[in-house]
Amino acid sequence: MKGTKRSNATDWVDHVRRIRDRQDQQAFRELFEHFAPRVKGFVMRGGTDAAFAEECAQDVMATLWRKAHLFDPSRASVSTWVFTIARNRKIDLIRKQRRPEPEDLTWGPEAEPDQADVLGLQQETEELGRAIAALPEKQRNLIEKAYFGDLSHSEIAEQTGLPLGTIKSRIRLALDRLRHAMK
Amino acid sequence: MTIKHHLTEQLLMGYAAGTLPEAFNLVVASHLSMCDDCRATLAAYEEIGGALLEEAGVAMSTGGLDSALARLDTRAPEPVRPAAPGALPAPLRSYVGGDVDAIRWRSVGGGVKQAILPTSESASARLLFIPAGAAVPDHGHRGMELTLVLQGAFADETDRFVRGDVEVADQDLEHMPVADIGADCICLAATDAPLRFTSLIPRLLQPFLKI
Ligand SMILES: [Zn+2]
Ligand SMILES: [Zn+2]
Repeated sequence: MKGTKRSNATDWVDHVRRIRDRQDQQAFRELFEHFAPRVKGFVMRGGTDAAFAEECAQDVMATLWRKAHLFDPSRASVSTWVFTIARNRKIDLIRKQRRPEPEDLTWGPEAEPDQADVLGLQQETEELGRAIAALPEKQRNLIEKAYFGDLSHSEIAEQTGLPLGTIKSRIRLALDRLRHAMK
Repeated sequence: MTIKHHLTEQLLMGYAAGTLPEAFNLVVASHLSMCDDCRATLAAYEEIGGALLEEAGVAMSTGGLDSALARLDTRAPEPVRPAAPGALPAPLRSYVGGDVDAIRWRSVGGGVKQAILPTSESASARLLFIPAGAAVPDHGHRGMELTLVLQGAFADETDRFVRGDVEVADQDLEHMPVADIGADCICLAATDAPLRFTSLIPRLLQPFLKI
């Protein structure tokens, strides 16, 4: 799934804005083609069959359309936003739990965010992606298992120290930027 | 805000990944509602999730896009309504069905009261009311216990905890939380294994209290 023409994260921000501003179906098509298979893969990694995962991915993309006005690109990349929607849907459908969400985190920008903040954050995320991709396979697998739900939380507690340590500086950078963006 | 005791990186990562039991998610979401520091850390862990999402992919069946397009809602989006401020953070209010005055307390002895909240079974969540100066009986832990202070303060063998502080206890900690003398203390506590009480009376009561 790598090397597609539309891999630029800032480009996806623009797509979400087109949906928000003029319900642009072409923008949705392109977002769907990129993200729906990824959401499907994410859900299937949790051990569900393809048909169910596909239904889930459709739901997630419909939510993206409905909530486009709540997306704040100075706080998260589009991939991260899609990830959080998919994660919540998975908890909802597969684990049959409610998902308590914190009070102010509505993803709702009060004003149009500063373009430099948006650009910086989107680039930061791409760099984080590259840093994760560059990890030794064993460590990357562990992180993937933790995020895709194949490990119980006590297993994660036992095992995450190592891989998190190796990408710690990258996370610190991301943290600083995110903190700055949220002030 | 003078929060000194924060969530662990493990808990924030588990919350970001969506792998924690519901009761722990409730404590995390409640703390996040009061703490910008942890919220920023969470955002970074969610970015990792976003980066990982970019790597995986399974082709959709043909027609998937068309059926998605067919079900898109073309009505105007709902406006965002911020939660009204209250003593309890918003995620907790939705479990209680209101603010502090809506909590249905049950006495557990010694002036201490509790209200068990409805969550999935892998961990339990309860609100605890500890009268000023009173104590929760001395106990140890078989798993992880998270205690978030919502009102007043308490102190135990490790430190003092005020509103917004969260204590993360595990098998290694045995403690007796005592509420500050100045005010009644209300906490949100979640645990994934029964507590281990050292004295006989609480131990006998344990099955009835579901602690
Ligand atoms: Zn915190
Ligand atoms: Zn305890």
